Amino acid sequence: MREEGFTGRVVLVGDEPHRPYDRPPLSKQVLAGAWSPDRIELPAVAADLDLEWRLGTRASGLDLGGRRVLLDGGAELAYDGLVIATGATPRLVPVPDGMAGIHVLRTLDDCLALRAELDATPGRVVVVGAGFIGAEVAATCRERGHEVTMIEALPAPLARVLGGEIGATFAELHRDHGVDVRLGVGVSEVHGGARVEQVHLDDGSVITADVVVIGVGVRPVTDWLEGSGLVLDDGVVCDETCLAAPGVVAAGDVARWPNPTFGGQVMRVEHWDNALDQGAHAARTLLAGEAGGTPYAPVPWFWSDQYDRKLQLAGRPGPGDEMRIVEGSLEERRFVGLFGRSGKVVAAFGMNRPAPIMRYRARIAGGLDWETAIAEADAAAT
Amino acid sequence: MKIVVDFDLCESNAVCMNIAPEVFEVRDDDFLYVLNENPPEDMRPKMEEAVRRCPKQAIAIED
Repeated sequence: MREEGFTGRVVLVGDEPHRPYDRPPLSKQVLAGAWSPDRIELPAVAADLDLEWRLGTRASGLDLGGRRVLLDGGAELAYDGLVIATGATPRLVPVPDGMAGIHVLRTLDDCLALRAELDATPGRVVVVGAGFIGAEVAATCRERGHEVTMIEALPAPLARVLGGEIGATFAELHRDHGVDVRLGVGVSEVHGGARVEQVHLDDGSVITADVVVIGVGVRPVTDWLEGSGLVLDDGVVCDETCLAAPGVVAAGDVARWPNPTFGGQVMRVEHWDNALDQGAHAARTLLAGEAGGTPYAPVPWFWSDQYDRKLQLAGRPGPGDEMRIVEGSLEERRFVGLFGRSGKVVAAFGMNRPAPIMRYRARIAGGLDWETAIAEADAAAT
Repeated sequence: MKIVVDFDLCESNAVCMNIAPEVFEVRDDDFLYVLNENPPEDMRPKMEEAVRRCPKQAIAIED
């Protein structure tokens, strides 16, 4: 907003008590104890942008016609422009009320609470969910010397998004590092007294658990917008410019919008890079006012660090896409896999191949023909 | 302006390369090479974007 020349008031309302910070290190360096929390504060916070902060303040409602945001406690904020970036919150599995030792990982406070328990407990960590958060937590805990069991309901981690072959590689990577990986099973019950003691799986197994981390995904935070008049459907629904209503834009984990780079496919992206990119774009759309903003048409990009592997994904793979390994091999744990749908490359996934993934990211933006990409890769391999 | 990369932080995610391949290149050895440490002033917006979008906050601009 400031870079584009806006000199009016900018008020940031956030339910967390902290100034904004980067979340990716919460499952890596901060959890490992290598970084202290002050290292993850966003650079924009320190910059003198003349912002007004309402921290530890939850938005409870929106009066769209009256252009007011309602806050917990009864206060109201009138606005000329509104950016909805309330993100997402962890999904839960049923656990006994008040039982200690059970964690989610979304916020800095979650991370510090989990870190404190890991510092105090040499025992077994049970991670429920082998998505990127669960997998990174498992890797970090394993590297801290804990015994770790990782439980995944799908036949392979991330199988729905990346397919069974690549998914199987993830499971093996973790097993090679000594993680007890359980696939195709769910948690049926969590047992214990004041603290968790065991996790029961639906195949009958019982796993001793000293600490449990639940990483089964997130859901967008839109409860506060119910009845406001905004269209809500697994997120705040926007047009292709990120506009949700006149004077209202949405960005980040909470925003659902049609992406022109993927033929108008409506998506909601839960990655750090999108939060940055879409935030900036939404701001420009807001400032454009009646003239209207430009379409937001990114190739989403994501990275995950697990042990000595760097996983990266550019694009948007979907169930049923064709997948072809075009560089390296799954066995070497260094490869590039392309995903194709309707004759186009829709995604490139890489393990320890950052440069090719970035090059595919740029080419997918322009529309990359599947046959062309495969033929090129075959030629390069010979 | 001078582009400074902290190679202790850099993990070769290559986001910078995607933004400004004239300045940043991650090669097949998986290392980042800064092709031009003193890019022209008209590249400042791209350089600032690279600074912001680096997942490791490893890039700085020194004036």
